[in-house]
Amino acid sequence: LIGMSQFKFWNDVNSLLTMDGPVKGPVPRWQRKKESGSFSSSSLNNSSKLRSLSSSLLNSTKTPTKGSESDYQRNKTPSKTPLKKSKTPTPPRAKTPSGDRFIPSRSASNFDLAHYKLTQDENSKSDSPTHQELQRVMSENLHGADINNQRILTYKNKAPSAPEGFQNPMRVIYTQTKTPASVKSSSRYIPQAPDRILDAPDIVDDYYLNLMDWSSNNILAAALGAHVYLWNAGTGNIDQLLELEGNDYVCSLAWIQDGNCLAVGTTNGTVELWDCSKSKRLRIMDGHSARVGSLSWNSYILSSGCRSGQIIHHDVRQREHIVATLSGHTQEVCGLKWSTDGKYLASGGNDNVLNIWQAVNGTHYSQNTPLHTFTAHQAAVKALAWCPWQPHILSSGGGTADRHIRFWNCNTGSCINAVDTKSQVCALLWSTTYKELVSGHGFANNELIIWKYPGMTKVAELTGHTARVLHLAMSPDGTTILSAGADETLRLWKCFTKNPTKSKDAEKIKSKPSALKQCIR
Amino acid sequence: MTTAAQKAKSAITLKGSAEIVCDYLNYGINSILFQRGLYPPESFKSDENYGLTILMSTDNKIKEFLSTTLGQLKGWLVDRTVTKVALVITNVKTLEVMERWDFNVEYEGDANCGEQTSEKPLKQIKNEIRDVLKQIASSVAYLPLLDCLCSFDIQIYTKNDVALPSEWTEAEPANIKNAQSVKMRSFSTNIHRMETVVTYKNDD
Repeated sequence: LIGMSQFKFWNDVNSLLTMDGPVKGPVPRWQRKKESGSFSSSSLNNSSKLRSLSSSLLNSTKTPTKGSESDYQRNKTPSKTPLKKSKTPTPPRAKTPSGDRFIPSRSASNFDLAHYKLTQDENSKSDSPTHQELQRVMSENLHGADINNQRILTYKNKAPSAPEGFQNPMRVIYTQTKTPASVKSSSRYIPQAPDRILDAPDIVDDYYLNLMDWSSNNILAAALGAHVYLWNAGTGNIDQLLELEGNDYVCSLAWIQDGNCLAVGTTNGTVELWDCSKSKRLRIMDGHSARVGSLSWNSYILSSGCRSGQIIHHDVRQREHIVATLSGHTQEVCGLKWSTDGKYLASGGNDNVLNIWQAVNGTHYSQNTPLHTFTAHQAAVKALAWCPWQPHILSSGGGTADRHIRFWNCNTGSCINAVDTKSQVCALLWSTTYKELVSGHGFANNELIIWKYPGMTKVAELTGHTARVLHLAMSPDGTTILSAGADETLRLWKCFTKNPTKSKDAEKIKSKPSALKQCIR
Repeated sequence: MTTAAQKAKSAITLKGSAEIVCDYLNYGINSILFQRGLYPPESFKSDENYGLTILMSTDNKIKEFLSTTLGQLKGWLVDRTVTKVALVITNVKTLEVMERWDFNVEYEGDANCGEQTSEKPLKQIKNEIRDVLKQIASSVAYLPLLDCLCSFDIQIYTKNDVALPSEWTEAEPANIKNAQSVKMRSFSTNIHRMETVVTYKNDD
């Protein structure tokens, strides 16, 4: 057996060397029948049969119709002899001639192979041993094993293909057009452009990190590479807080609930605590064996998630800070969030698992085994956000292969809703102002979507980022969303102002300082 | 005496190992059918196994085709005559092979030592399988869009001396033009080792 490409080559070579030209004369009956358009069976059903080598084909050299077949073959040889006799345009290669009374259906015949084998017979005796060896080695290479010692078998009764007209639903992750009809006209004005754009050079384009956090005293901490900057959203002032040494970079940031202390997770597995009012490092806590990509505070307990899948609870007041170590994930913990009432900790990993851990009674750290383990997401779970007005409800978002936002009731352990967003979900935020949910997305629109909760209808789609959105953060007054994109920009969207009208917003923009574009560096 | 009996109880037999491989193939193939968008997503239902949620087809014809094929495969795995299982995805209109998933089979351990068993813990095997299934699900990140009506077929590569069962035929190897391959993780029961490779058309 030789590969298709090889005998096509020999086919062409032989046809170049043969002296016989195309058959002149009347068109054979079977060819006339084909032109009249009577196909006995559609190519759809024969898709598998065409690929199989039926044994009758190899015996065709002995049948009386041999002459007409080889004549036909000369006509069909693509490069040399156009079908000048046919009244219809040259048919595509995939079509096979319809039947006649000798051979009712030729759909099982593979004409190219047949012709090759017919013309090959005379030559095969003169094959030198080295040539045969070459053929054997080539087929081994092509098929991964000596094809002569193998059979390829398949069950005859094939599974059906999808119904005609079915379109591959996966196309949404390759292209996406904005559907204006889907955006419900809201009763309030949501500006389609960001209020402000900040420069964020060297931001690490890594889906699994958490590089932005906005404190309760209105300072945004942003990690760009090995640096952490503090942007005072009120005054516009920018300070560099720290710079890591060597090849290390910052992997996660989290402000403590009431302001000045910032936790910084690094590539060397340590978590640093900084007092930002004094720009002073308070301590370095180790314990992890790989980078710390996620952090979450619960009062004086800081929980950290690691690339190893481990989660550690640190009591930051104690010298021996490690209180508990959780092993609920087999891959990087990219999402980590304590609920607003401190009862539950949600952790999402690159292993597609979402774990819910319950706090130990009377403490702020959790038990060693998860209360619930949810595996419904088909991709990494990074986006996690607890509902502010229903503390047991959690929303989670999945990566590229999943694209869903799911809602969980952590008291009962059930999934109460799932929405297909058609794009990678990197972050989720709730807004109490209008009871809405914001999601950040990647390819293809790199947008933010505002959803009405619980109906999950789209309120607005905010585009502008030219690369995927990586992180979301919310201002302490709840009016503004900050999105950090892989396009090295931070965009501020004022989408939750109370009682907004167009004129009022215009006034607000004018009263701001003139620096409409500010550089963090 | 009791420890030997206990060991024998938890050990995996040749038949059991073949069943593990066929279970993996069932979930793996269903996952591929869903992730590659070959059939309407509504025709799939969630099933939990290996600590994952996998979407399985509810179409009876597909289920029947898979169960017959995998049932026959199980026998051949026990006989050690299978070398490879190929899931071939073909464009229905042009008959071009768009993508091929190869599940290569290797036999481990000593076949001639009578009743072959494996001491490998089932949990470890299931974890290895889980890792491959996750890799399959996330392959959508680099596989090109199958923007055409596609059908799938399963080909089993066996040794020459295998008897052709009724309702089975010979097939041709499905080659892809301008192919690009990605090798995924493999798992092993210590009796069978399965390696998964996806080959697709290089779009550039």
